[in-house]
Amino acid sequence: MSDMIAAFFERLNETHGLNFSVFYDAFDRARFITGLWTTSYICVIAIAASLALGLLGVWIAGGQSRIGRLIVRGYVQFFRNTPPLVQLSFFYFAVAALLPTVSDGFGGRSPLVSGTGWAIIAFSLFAGAFNVEIFRAGIEAVPSTTVEAAESLGYTRLQLYIHVVLPLAFRICLPALNNNLINLVKTTTLAYAIGVPELHYAASQIWSESFNVREMMNVLLVTYVLLVAILVFVMGRWERAMRIPGYTT
Amino acid sequence: MKRIVAIALACAATLAALPALAQDSLAKIKEKGVLTVGVKNDYKPWGFLEPSGKIVGLEIDLAQAVADKIGVKLEMLPVIAANRMEFLKQGRIDMVLATMGDTAERRKIVGMVEPNYYAGATNVLAPKSAGLKTWADLKGRKVCAVQGAYYNRRVTQMYAPELVVFPSVPDALNALQGNNCVAFLFDDTLIVSTLSGGDAKWAGYEMPLVSEDPQLWAIGIRLEDMDGPFGKLVKEMSTDWHKSGKLLELETKWGIKQSPYLIETNKKLKGGA
Repeated sequence: MSDMIAAFFERLNETHGLNFSVFYDAFDRARFITGLWTTSYICVIAIAASLALGLLGVWIAGGQSRIGRLIVRGYVQFFRNTPPLVQLSFFYFAVAALLPTVSDGFGGRSPLVSGTGWAIIAFSLFAGAFNVEIFRAGIEAVPSTTVEAAESLGYTRLQLYIHVVLPLAFRICLPALNNNLINLVKTTTLAYAIGVPELHYAASQIWSESFNVREMMNVLLVTYVLLVAILVFVMGRWERAMRIPGYTT
Repeated sequence: MKRIVAIALACAATLAALPALAQDSLAKIKEKGVLTVGVKNDYKPWGFLEPSGKIVGLEIDLAQAVADKIGVKLEMLPVIAANRMEFLKQGRIDMVLATMGDTAERRKIVGMVEPNYYAGATNVLAPKSAGLKTWADLKGRKVCAVQGAYYNRRVTQMYAPELVVFPSVPDALNALQGNNCVAFLFDDTLIVSTLSGGDAKWAGYEMPLVSEDPQLWAIGIRLEDMDGPFGKLVKEMSTDWHKSGKLLELETKWGIKQSPYLIETNKKLKGGA
């Protein structure tokens, strides 16, 4: 089967000059699959971490500690108001130099965090800042009477969040959350600027050697459409599963 | 009604003029009064930015010479390895003078002007402490490189380093300085000029390997220009640069060690004349 696909694309190149080298050249294919794997890996970890950051941030922002609230505000303002590419370069080229190094296994020293590591950190922080605001919007939309009713029943703050506020807030903020997570998937292409072998990087490697910019652009676009489609499908299922009949906003 | 007819006529006239536009590049350049050349702005001393923001360098001098010969203004468009051939094909630039290696693969896409104006080979820039002795030492180690360079693939396949590829030379050099990789894979001409530049931050670095895979550099023009008047003009100029020793002079002007390729070609062409 894979032989047939390879043969088809090889013929397509010979007869029509459409060079989809990723489908028949083993070297190019390996690079593209590495890219696909790296992108998926960054996306999954960054999505999970940004959700955790969002929840943590909104918890602290609603808490008693004034310093905690200030830190969260500062964090949100900083990461929301600067371009993700600048944040990425800042971490990779500036912050990394200040951190201790580890042995590279060849008798030399290498930085503590790799390019891929910085990409995950930068994208998690970037998307996390937006998630704080998205969750805040959800929580503020929970009717205050509902919260007061729960308080009068003797719920602690944590119980109140887990059993009353978050289940309602989550449902309200899911559409906005979807948007932000899809954006996060697309933002991962920026990691090519610090040499992380993700999809965009793999594609540009291939087209600068094989001169098949147009073909690779199409492959790249279709791949991202598929990746985002998977995310949208999962989030859509979740949204439907959480629907409460009669409770709409 | 009159107006519609007038518009239709204007459209027809434009369409009729189109094939005329598609022809001879030299006439087109003269008509525009501008020669647009794709150059490097991060490749000292072939094409780089002066503190004032002007692009200067050996290749810029060559581009200027071509513009002067045609009698038009020179316009420079900074390109990178990954986009220069596409720009040329699309007609955004008339000529590529951007440290471009002359390969059989590329000759299918771009016209390579002969005689080639320069030659370089592949090597790495590495800190002396890395202790690199042979190419095989690169195996499994992180090596910084630049997108679109022709030797990336060959070196990966032969010596299996883990390439970390950046959009431009300064990015890759920064990453090397930050110990993000053990060596920087590049053209030996740039490495030699970086090391001999006397910059203190390169004091602990060296070019430890034997240069490999010598490669000629060529001026790139569109394939259809190769036999046209523009191609002929550039070809003649390139021959003349070798014969008159202009290229050797420019090397001296920009502080580059005289390359064996230029000395040899200069002798050969002089002898033939």
